[in-house]
Amino acid sequence: MGMTIAEKIIAAAAKVNEVKPGDIHTVELDRLMSNDGTTHLTIDMYNKLKNPKIADVNKLVWIVDHNVPCDSVKTAASHKKMRDFAKENGITFYEGAGVCHQIMMENHVTSGELIFGADSHTCAYGAVGAFGTGVGCTDYLYAMVTGTSWVLVPETLRFNLTGKLREGVYARDLILTIIGMIGANGANYAAMEFGGEGLHTIDMSGRIAICNLCVEAGAKTALMEVDDVALNYLREHGREPKHVFLPDEDAKYAKVYNIDLSTINPIVAKPHFVDSVVDAKECVGTHIDEAFLGSCNNGRIEDLRAGAAIIKGKKVHPLVRFLVVPASKAVYEQALEEGLLQIFVEAGAIVMNPNCSVCWGSCQGVIGENEVLISTGTRNFKGRAGHKDSFVYLASAQTVTASAIKGEIATADMV
Amino acid sequence: MGKIFKFQQDVDTDQIIASQYLLFPTIDEMKIYTFESLDPEFAKNVKPGDFVVASENFGCGSSREQAPSVLKALGVKAVIAKSFARIFYRNAINIGLPVIICKDLHENVNSGDEMELSMEEGIVKVNGKEYECTKLPAYMQGILDQGGLIASLNKED
Repeated sequence: MGMTIAEKIIAAAAKVNEVKPGDIHTVELDRLMSNDGTTHLTIDMYNKLKNPKIADVNKLVWIVDHNVPCDSVKTAASHKKMRDFAKENGITFYEGAGVCHQIMMENHVTSGELIFGADSHTCAYGAVGAFGTGVGCTDYLYAMVTGTSWVLVPETLRFNLTGKLREGVYARDLILTIIGMIGANGANYAAMEFGGEGLHTIDMSGRIAICNLCVEAGAKTALMEVDDVALNYLREHGREPKHVFLPDEDAKYAKVYNIDLSTINPIVAKPHFVDSVVDAKECVGTHIDEAFLGSCNNGRIEDLRAGAAIIKGKKVHPLVRFLVVPASKAVYEQALEEGLLQIFVEAGAIVMNPNCSVCWGSCQGVIGENEVLISTGTRNFKGRAGHKDSFVYLASAQTVTASAIKGEIATADMV
Repeated sequence: MGKIFKFQQDVDTDQIIASQYLLFPTIDEMKIYTFESLDPEFAKNVKPGDFVVASENFGCGSSREQAPSVLKALGVKAVIAKSFARIFYRNAINIGLPVIICKDLHENVNSGDEMELSMEEGIVKVNGKEYECTKLPAYMQGILDQGGLIASLNKED
């Protein structure tokens, strides 16, 4: 029987010829990423084990990205625990170098790998055809100690892309449209697989944005067919694929969606659910207090270029705080070199160090009671960016930047 | 018998435990903030043996294991929902917090109702009525029976 990409990766990791949805397999993992959101708890559990050991330290990557720089004495203690443990055990460690998924894409992930990340947006790695999935710290610990885990083979939803996104419409608009269409649990327990001619027209930055957000439809993982765009990205970053798996022609899908990219419009996701999407035009005029351009979803150089092109020579609205946060040190340096950061600073934006920032609402740019944020971040849950009674709208880099200029939700053609 | 605390659909893990508490050193320091945005009195009012009942897609969003952990630390006996988001579901089983799918319960109960759960039979009893729950796949029930994934790790060692 034919297999989907997800099934092929699991079969390879389980060292079996065939798997099917619903099977449970023990798999060997290629890589294990963890960040400061939970690692302190993993370490506490590790230290309580009868016989603590790390199966293969070369597979571990630990990244401090959620509360950087440290915001409190309690956080400092958790960071120190992580830093010290990484050093003592020789774990690859990053701090202040960017958001974990961007660092992983730039430096570690390759096609055909099966990766656990102690962060829900680990599904981003599907942009290069790697099976990334988010886990909690107990799963992470088990994998760290044994090098293996159990995986329930998911069903796969197939998305055939045709055509091309129109000018001013982004991959982020596409994935928000899809989440709106299938709902916040539309892909629960499932893999989302993307292919078709239309995929070739989407650059790597866009592909990462699409895969990254699939967990907001409940997906276990997202996987894209590897093409020259993906292979070139890997080679530019000094890596070769482990396996390039394409789906079999007779692969079985739980559902197939055909999407013409030229029909997608700029989208806004309204509070408090990612699937609460509307045409951006419907939100025009909504008051905002803060705007955020950054995150593992939309903080890459392409996003900063899109924002800078709009704000160049203009000013941030006097009543708005506009946070610009490159997703990694590499992105930050590139933006410096291209003069983008200067454009943002001259416009009155607050340019911050690479980190998760207000996307996760605990460190930088937290918003107060009844305040409104428009964000390129990953989520708009109630209180996600700060006070429990505050509001987050999600949109593309262009829409966010245009809104920062107008002081209310606006689309790029309005500024 | 335990008391029901009822929630609606798409309860995300940010509502269960908000980001600003996740880097606190221990679960015990976080647990008093459980469900702060939806029911600020929850942590004060919940007693060991009580239940959380919800509709579809409970625990969606972030992979933070702190979400099932604070519920377990407060003594919640089980979460019973129409469906669960997968990371929460897996995390809960891994730490030994029973997560039970029951399609018919949510509409028929209210917060404060007293409920009884029989894990073996897969049945809950509330307001004089019985509701059948979906049994866990054997593999996952095995993890739960052992007291979670770490217990199995210590046994293997």
